[in-house]
Amino acid sequence: MIPDTPVPPPVREPPVLDVDAHLDDARIIVCCGSGGVGKTTTAAALALRAAERGRNVVVLTIDPARRLAQAMGLTELDNTPRRVMDVSGVRAPRHAGPVPSRAAGESAPGELWAMMLDMKRTFDDIVLTHASRERAEALLANPFYQSLSSSFAGTQEYMAMEKLGQLQATEKWDLIVVDTPPTRSALDFLDAPQRLGAFLDGRLLRLLLVPAKAGGRAYMKVLGAGFSIMTRALTRVIGLQLLTDVSQFVSALETMFGGFRQRAEETYRLLAAPGTAFFVVAAPEPDALREASYFVDRLGTEEMPLAGLVLNRVHRSRAAALSAPRSLSGAEVLAERGEFPLAAAVLRLHADRVQLSAREHLLRERFTMAHPGVPVAEVPALAEDVHDLDSLRFVGDQLGGGLSEPPAVGA
Amino acid sequence: MPPPGPYEAPARRRHPFRDVRLHVVSGKGGTGKTTVAAALALALASGGHKVLLVEVEGRQGLAQLFDSPPLPYEERKIASGAGGGEVFALAIDPEAALLEYLELFYNMKRAGRALKRLGAVDFATTIAPGLRDVLLTGKAKEAVSREDKSRRLGLAYDCVVMDAPPTGRIARFLNVTAEVAGLAKVGPVRGQAESVMALLRSPRTAVHLVTLLEEMPTQETRDGTRELRSQVFPVGAIVINKMRPPLLPKSELARARSGSLDRGELAAGLKEVGIDAEPELLTALLEEAADHARRVELENAERRALADLRRPSYELPLLTDVDRVDLGGLYRLADLLRAQGMVG
Repeated sequence: MIPDTPVPPPVREPPVLDVDAHLDDARIIVCCGSGGVGKTTTAAALALRAAERGRNVVVLTIDPARRLAQAMGLTELDNTPRRVMDVSGVRAPRHAGPVPSRAAGESAPGELWAMMLDMKRTFDDIVLTHASRERAEALLANPFYQSLSSSFAGTQEYMAMEKLGQLQATEKWDLIVVDTPPTRSALDFLDAPQRLGAFLDGRLLRLLLVPAKAGGRAYMKVLGAGFSIMTRALTRVIGLQLLTDVSQFVSALETMFGGFRQRAEETYRLLAAPGTAFFVVAAPEPDALREASYFVDRLGTEEMPLAGLVLNRVHRSRAAALSAPRSLSGAEVLAERGEFPLAAAVLRLHADRVQLSAREHLLRERFTMAHPGVPVAEVPALAEDVHDLDSLRFVGDQLGGGLSEPPAVGA
Repeated sequence: MPPPGPYEAPARRRHPFRDVRLHVVSGKGGTGKTTVAAALALALASGGHKVLLVEVEGRQGLAQLFDSPPLPYEERKIASGAGGGEVFALAIDPEAALLEYLELFYNMKRAGRALKRLGAVDFATTIAPGLRDVLLTGKAKEAVSREDKSRRLGLAYDCVVMDAPPTGRIARFLNVTAEVAGLAKVGPVRGQAESVMALLRSPRTAVHLVTLLEEMPTQETRDGTRELRSQVFPVGAIVINKMRPPLLPKSELARARSGSLDRGELAAGLKEVGIDAEPELLTALLEEAADHARRVELENAERRALADLRRPSYELPLLTDVDRVDLGGLYRLADLLRAQGMVG
């Protein structure tokens, strides 16, 4: 049940997430969380705020809503970072000490760059960079490759990781903010090196390579007796033609896979290193917070540096002293008497808001009881989705603990 | 103004999905598609029907929803519908589905184990493109066409409801079987893929999209509808979830929005019921009213945009349980879907 009175003092208040300290110090910020919680918006708002605090930032978004992309001047998905204009506000770092890579006291705003991940193009680029021209062409034309690079559900995670590594290697930015794919398995990218490793070291790879090396028909002969069950199974189920395509694909990738895996391992190490901060993003709803708990646990298991929880779309009431039951009973009295319909409606509306706010508070409290040490930053619900830099800036202010007025709503 | 009553369902419509055997329920993350899929299954089960509810994302959302231990790869009765109806649930595990498939169609149990040892099963279900999705839709298709001579119509299930991947991925998810059919030009995989596609593109399938009346979910619903239509998948209903009823009369909404509600009248009303009408309280309450009015206005705009899709739409209220939607809540949602004529 929803408590009747303003929520009693919670068992534990979570530590406040010092977002600005991370924005000033981190080299990589990763936003993760389940779909529909405002992860991409959070990533963009963090990046903008960091830039306005003087850092050179690039934000890698996965699948931004159209208006958010437009807000950052991203009109096409071209896999290249674009400079976001109108990064203006000069904000001195809140805590003492120099901002990394900038002279102490210098107050010029940094730069904000933004890009959308194009997983197919990222994959193609790897092929073109790491394989001989002939081989690259064969691979790009392989139907199995075409399907893998554009439609495979896990490819996004691998490619996000690859792109992060590439951006980092350019040393052009001193902070990279990464949005993660909106899958349930959003931490799959942490598994990428291990999965690739298991695959590359496995017997399956060798088996799949045989047809390409031996040529289709000779397949059966080349394989030893140990593989006989396997081959029968494979050819019966997927057919020799598809098997040959797969085999050609794997063979073409073989040379690159090693490098890919090595880079994935490097990126993994980078993520685990100091200088990286993971922001788990959630909305105050049971499902989203359950997912957030999962992420927090998983990051703990992997010993990844967790910064804290960002709780988006929190409802607050500025008149919380007037309790929900008090409001409701007032509204009922007025309705019975048939008087002051406006006041009755406003009282009902207020009760609804207070109840919603109490429910959200309870949910957050529950998260904190399970994860007492995890710092939390809250962002109030906005009437509209973020679609310009001003509203992104407002979200950033909220994340930084500021109390700015929400931007004007409407056109 | 009369006090707002309980949530009111829009007027009843004739149920347009009478002939559908496979209900695919998708929606943007956070819209509650799992809850809607479960409510739809309960609604379909009433009147003595037998319904299978399948989940494909391996996150045990159904078990959580029905407060049951994690579902094994096994069809289990999970709830009863009115009039002797039954809802069974199945969490499809791609690996188990692959082994089952091999055994069923090729009598290759031993080969399956060998494949597993080699890492081929892992390859097929996690690394190989699309195969995972093919297995998931393939299993749903198997359940749709499974026979049971002891039942009326000779079918094991009257309907199958799938808690499917989110709207952003749904067209690709459904289409992946066609891609595999394109990759495998001959052979059993192709045959299997073609029969799955035939079901998915037929009037026996409906892809329902769950949304909220908010910008991003409705945008995604429109994009998803366009994508599904361009790939010839049958778009079913739009289910608008988590509705909160408007609490201000229409006449006051515009005034609330522009901040010109009658402050004096509000103060008088509060005083009447013994609430101290301090200026700060009045300002805060009027701000809340303005917020509410803005939300209602946006919702109306989103609702109009969804109406352009020309699909039947149904609305479900926000359930405000702190823990999770409980079974009682699910039955309530199921009743609302029936009352609105999504299910007849």
